[in-house]
Amino acid sequence: MTSITLGQYFPGNSLLHRLDPRFKIVLAVLYITASFLCKSIWSFAALALSAVVLILISRIPPSFVLRGLRPILFIMLFTVVLNVFLTRGETLLIDFWIIHIYLEGVLTALSMVLRITVIIIGTGMFLTYTTTPIALTDGIERLFSPLKVFHLPVHEFAMMMTIALRFIPILIEETEKIMAAQKARGADFSTGSLMQRAKALIPILVPLFVSAFRRADELAVAMECRCYRGGEGRTRMTVLHATAADWVMLAAMILFGAVLLLINRFAPGFAL
Amino acid sequence: MEPFIQVEQLNYAYDEDGGQRRRVLRDLSFSVERGEYVAILGHNGSGKSTLAKLLNLILTPDSGKIIIAGREITDPNLTEDELYEVRRRMGMVFQNPDNQLVATIVEEDVAFGPENLGVPSEEIRRRVDEALALVGMTKYAHHEPHRLSGGQKQRVAIAGIIAMLPDCIIFDESTAMLDPMGRRDVLRIMDNLNRERGITVLTITHYMNEAARADRVLVLNDGELYMQGTPAEIFSHPDRLAAIGLDVPQCTDLVHQLRDAGIAVEGDCLTPAQCADAICAACAASGITFAPPRT
Ligand SMILES: Nc1ncnc2c1ncn2[C@@H]1O[C@H](COP(=O)(O)OP(=O)(O)O)[C@@H](O)[C@H]1O
Ligand SMILES: [Mg+2]
Repeated sequence: MTSITLGQYFPGNSLLHRLDPRFKIVLAVLYITASFLCKSIWSFAALALSAVVLILISRIPPSFVLRGLRPILFIMLFTVVLNVFLTRGETLLIDFWIIHIYLEGVLTALSMVLRITVIIIGTGMFLTYTTTPIALTDGIERLFSPLKVFHLPVHEFAMMMTIALRFIPILIEETEKIMAAQKARGADFSTGSLMQRAKALIPILVPLFVSAFRRADELAVAMECRCYRGGEGRTRMTVLHATAADWVMLAAMILFGAVLLLINRFAPGFAL
Repeated sequence: MEPFIQVEQLNYAYDEDGGQRRRVLRDLSFSVERGEYVAILGHNGSGKSTLAKLLNLILTPDSGKIIIAGREITDPNLTEDELYEVRRRMGMVFQNPDNQLVATIVEEDVAFGPENLGVPSEEIRRRVDEALALVGMTKYAHHEPHRLSGGQKQRVAIAGIIAMLPDCIIFDESTAMLDPMGRRDVLRIMDNLNRERGITVLTITHYMNEAARADRVLVLNDGELYMQGTPAEIFSHPDRLAAIGLDVPQCTDLVHQLRDAGIAVEGDCLTPAQCADAICAACAASGITFAPPRT
């Protein structure tokens, strides 16, 4: 089966795995915020260090984490090129023909790359790698359930996510099957112009959509048979309890943010 | 005592494109006792799945009555709570195991029904553990459904129904997509639920040897009740079954052919074992004996 590393759970029992999903969502948001607080090279160093610490705590192999970065490599490269070539500053490093590269541009590019990397690793460490999709969905549903007062469809959204997660592997497998079947009949997906290749996809997409709608229909009936009637009056098997570890992590995260601000102020080397 | 399910003069038609109505069930009447094991046979399109969906009010009949445990569920004044009570009592397991599992973790999926019913958390936990044990899937409680075999998925689906504590489970061709091993497991669970737990089982199937396990068989043809009786009664009329495109279990067919050839074979011969015994007995009666079978 096709492996999709980004957003895949890595089974384990580390401290991060065991945190309450509601706290993990808050922690991830705080961590992303913290990454935007960094203004000096030292705070960036602290940020990078924190990402390494998180990976160590999670006990997930670093190679697995790095592989998850691959899909955004292109975005990072794009950011780097854009920043390096287009940022104007004071310290000119290279001045050749139409290429002018400033130190500020290089530093901005580096900080952007570091920030994106840390954001991906951070959300991975708190959410996707250490939290099962179902726990994540659960966390979202419970964290945002107060918003139901404003008629926001929190439960419906969580249910949609659950079903999507349940059916993504099924539909991927099905796509592969249909592709194999079309290939066996002589379909060619890998040569020809872009237009021809796009056309070759139609015989895959049509049966895939037909099947997806049939599945949706059957699933809806099966859910009704199991007395599904929306979020109203629904109980849950697992009840989330915040533990001391959750509160300690939250406090540590706030402290981390404060430390970053202090570093910015008192050790502003290469301020950005 | 009144029957557990009583269906009277049930009619149902689907709306088709172009405003036409397609009559699928015609004046169907039958009843099922509490704790009975009933197989429903009929060729494709004879209305079996439609009937199943009417029994738990996924569809509403055009006319006729359905009475379950003394309550007429086709009563227009049925409250919403009563509707969900009907669905809880009349669990349903479908053909494609993939399209009836909702959650991404086995035990979460089994919990789905009781959660919808508003059962307290600890009670759900208890029911889920018990249901998984009953279908032999405790080991897989934390697995993802898409990594299980068809038979295992179907067992999870059954556990999800058991956790709602139903009185009756309707299996709509639930073994049709399974390999022989998965089918055997599911059939054993069906038998077990019926015998040990007294759950009424309605099973829709195309496999005659599965129907042979039932207490009673209903045969539908184009939405009408064509035959009903014990498997022995039903399968003693191969010609009537053949007329609507159905056959009898292979071993029963063999015995019928022997009888047609003038060899006296006694008994119903619904299972291969019964059939073997009957043929041995017939041979012994005519003086042919066998060495005892190797074990
Ligand atoms: N949703 C539907 N809309 C229109 N016609 C349907 C629908 N479902 C089933 N039918 C038709 O109703 C008839 C009975 O279908 P069904 O109850 O599924 O039969 P069975 O399960 O015995 O194969 C079939 O002719 C089928 O084409
Ligand atoms: Mg059917």
